[in-house]
Amino acid sequence: MAEATANGLGQHALDSAHTHDATTTGVTTAEVHQEHPIKLYLVVWAWLFILSTCSYLVDYFGLHGYLRWSLILIFMILKAGLIVAIFMHMAWERLALTYAIILPPVLVLVFVTMMVFEADYTLLTRMAFFGAGP
Amino acid sequence: MAETTLTHIGRTEPRPAGWQGIAADWSSDQRAFKNVSWGKAMMWIFLLSDTFIFGCFLLSYMTARISTRVPWPNPSEVFALRIGGSDIPLILIAIMTFVLISSSGTMAMAVNFGYRRDRRKTAVLMLLTAALGATFVGMQAFEWTKLITEGVRPWGNPWGAAQFGASFFMITGFHGTHVTIGVIFLIIVARKVWRGDYDVGRPGFFTSRRGRYENVEIMGLYWHFVDLVWVFIFAFFYLW
Repeated sequence: MAEATANGLGQHALDSAHTHDATTTGVTTAEVHQEHPIKLYLVVWAWLFILSTCSYLVDYFGLHGYLRWSLILIFMILKAGLIVAIFMHMAWERLALTYAIILPPVLVLVFVTMMVFEADYTLLTRMAFFGAGP
Repeated sequence: MAETTLTHIGRTEPRPAGWQGIAADWSSDQRAFKNVSWGKAMMWIFLLSDTFIFGCFLLSYMTARISTRVPWPNPSEVFALRIGGSDIPLILIAIMTFVLISSSGTMAMAVNFGYRRDRRKTAVLMLLTAALGATFVGMQAFEWTKLITEGVRPWGNPWGAAQFGASFFMITGFHGTHVTIGVIFLIIVARKVWRGDYDVGRPGFFTSRRGRYENVEIMGLYWHFVDLVWVFIFAFFYLW
């Protein structure tokens, strides 16, 4: 009941409740607002440009094999990390939220492993029945 | 009873650090995301589900590409453009990448100015983001047109494995749809910022809840996610 009332209040009422709460009980109120200097975003922006250029150059210079794949993955992970951590403010969120959002996608890697085996098996079966290729 | 009420409006108890803190947050009789508003938590959970959707698309593309006996078309050549008499590999995709990254940059700045309650700059930066997003969709439409005229279909193409077309149209099409929806919502939120809806707490059109500048950040989360997905598509589909 009380919960419903609290949710129904306007933002101003909530804000005043926050400050009142914090001053009377001394419990820390964590601020939800994400304010960071503009310079931080510009630096990240520049890095994203640099990393994108690097991954494009991998293709432009026609690198091959494990060097190509590892470079692509490294640049991809760095870019994704910068976007999630800085632009999406994940670096400053509460750990409970961060882990709830970041951990589940990691499990996709299990799915990837399963499908690699499955696809290899499909390929072997196709080669066994239809020959090595057209 | 009063205690329960207070925890529900965002008071944060002192917590141990690290994993113990996470376990404490998730324990019974708790609101797991203490200082995170429902709007933001729900957007994150939506993005998590969207991650699985795009993850499955990329997975099925991987499976198709590994399991085919026919060579995969070389994306470097397929997406090359002839500029000034020579073929430049992947140039259009590279430009699209830079456009989308720039839109992410302007969006991050819009969020920042939103919290500083600078209505004009926030709205202008959001509209700039929307314009860059629309440019991206336009370039994608050009790319689709080029490939379709060259004979790429979901069931076949002139260069190799038949699954190439299906993977390409499905993945980039779904991503393009996300960008388009993002552009529409950017314009809606920019209009609200411009009008000062978040200063006076005017009720929204859909849920009739009072908006605040955090809505700009939530919009930004979605937009950065669209950019994030493109990072993975660029790496796995275009560069691999």
